[in-house]
Amino acid sequence: MTDKAGAVIIGGGVNGLGTAYHLAKKGYTDVVILEKSYICSGASGRNGGGIRQQWSSSENIKLAMESTKMFEELSDELEEDLEFIQGGYLVLAFTDDELEQFKENVALQRKMGLDTEYVSPEEAKEMVPQLNISKVKAATFNQSDGTVYPFPVVHGYARVLRETGVEIREHTEVLDIETSGDEIASVRTSDGKIKTDTVVNAAGGWSSDIADMVGVELPNKPYRHEIMVTEPFARFLEPMIISFHHGIYFSQSKHGNIVGGIGNPDEKEGINQRSSLWFMRTMAKTLVDFIPQFRSVNMLRQWAGLYDTTPDAQPIIGPVPEVRRFYQLNGFSGHGFMVSPVVDKVTAELILGETPSMDIDRLSVERFEGMDLEQEYSVVG
Amino acid sequence: MTVTICRCEDITEEEIVEAIEDGYTELESLKRHLRLAMGQCQGKTCIPLTERILARKLGKGPDDMDEPTARPPSRQVSFGVLAGDEDDR
Repeated sequence: MTDKAGAVIIGGGVNGLGTAYHLAKKGYTDVVILEKSYICSGASGRNGGGIRQQWSSSENIKLAMESTKMFEELSDELEEDLEFIQGGYLVLAFTDDELEQFKENVALQRKMGLDTEYVSPEEAKEMVPQLNISKVKAATFNQSDGTVYPFPVVHGYARVLRETGVEIREHTEVLDIETSGDEIASVRTSDGKIKTDTVVNAAGGWSSDIADMVGVELPNKPYRHEIMVTEPFARFLEPMIISFHHGIYFSQSKHGNIVGGIGNPDEKEGINQRSSLWFMRTMAKTLVDFIPQFRSVNMLRQWAGLYDTTPDAQPIIGPVPEVRRFYQLNGFSGHGFMVSPVVDKVTAELILGETPSMDIDRLSVERFEGMDLEQEYSVVG
Repeated sequence: MTVTICRCEDITEEEIVEAIEDGYTELESLKRHLRLAMGQCQGKTCIPLTERILARKLGKGPDDMDEPTARPPSRQVSFGVLAGDEDDR
């Protein structure tokens, strides 16, 4: 085990490993990844695998559009079946306020080159004949949105990294980050110290705690979000269906299971990954309201993960003013998997001192100091 | 001879041994890597069997293995019942 590294990445999820992967692609392998549990144990292994470009803020649209293109190539690149299906996202509107917001969203998305369409309730029913449209006012649809199976993505990165000699240390917790002036000196872990001047904070729901270690205050707060899976059956549901009004999303995986979640508006801030009866009941009630035939489908398993939520529901990417070479890669607010390819690539470029291939200045943590924030409204689950 | 460990997801002993050698050295990781224990039986059969394979490979006792987190519901329940439909009770 090495006690010195060019860069230490904190967090063995999709973004931590993805950044190391992009560094390795450029020939840079002097990297140690620290994971306090096992790889993919956090939100990367607990999400619904949704890949959505239909957002309300230009930053999220831009990140998701580029990342979707990268996901299209990733199965071949990693030589893994990532079960990436571009069955589209069907976003349902139930209120007049939603209709107004959807008009703005579609206008912005189309302006940015995304092919989102307005869909009438009847057209939505043509796409999904089992869908109850009695209260649906309208919908939007984008065919190139879809789903991916999260585990082979993260495990694919891990395999490539192990093959190139990058050290992934599981069950190794970061206890402190030591600085000298405004520079990082070392990372102290539950299993020894690593000298480094570069740290990436990709710790998801724990990223504010990591930043605290060097006196950097992040506005991110962790919130539990619950999710479930049904028994598998023959695929009939092509698109992912979501409703911001209900806070629900669900899709059918390539394997045939329905995977979906629903947000609890009363959820309290904090690290909590336990399952609740509220979720089980509310998910069941809402799901059978959307698709009555689901009454006879069996739920197999429920679990929970953390959204690392920022005030504007957009991620925090890049350096901080207080400490040199302390890169943030967190605050994804529930959509960290789907935007991971491009933000990981950009983070690798920043570490190597290259000009980022995408402008991410507006995603700096400094935006929270007095600047007008561009609020993201389209969060679900 | 092929030994099937997980009947729900059709996973063999050979695949489990290979995954352990690839670095998936705990039940939680093996589960996520192979879909082990994610099928209809929720691991009732494959988890104890995999525990023994893993213990043998790592030179530990089966009781030293950490069990994967148990997830509700412990057996399959229809959405009709969960939603409280009278007809389905």
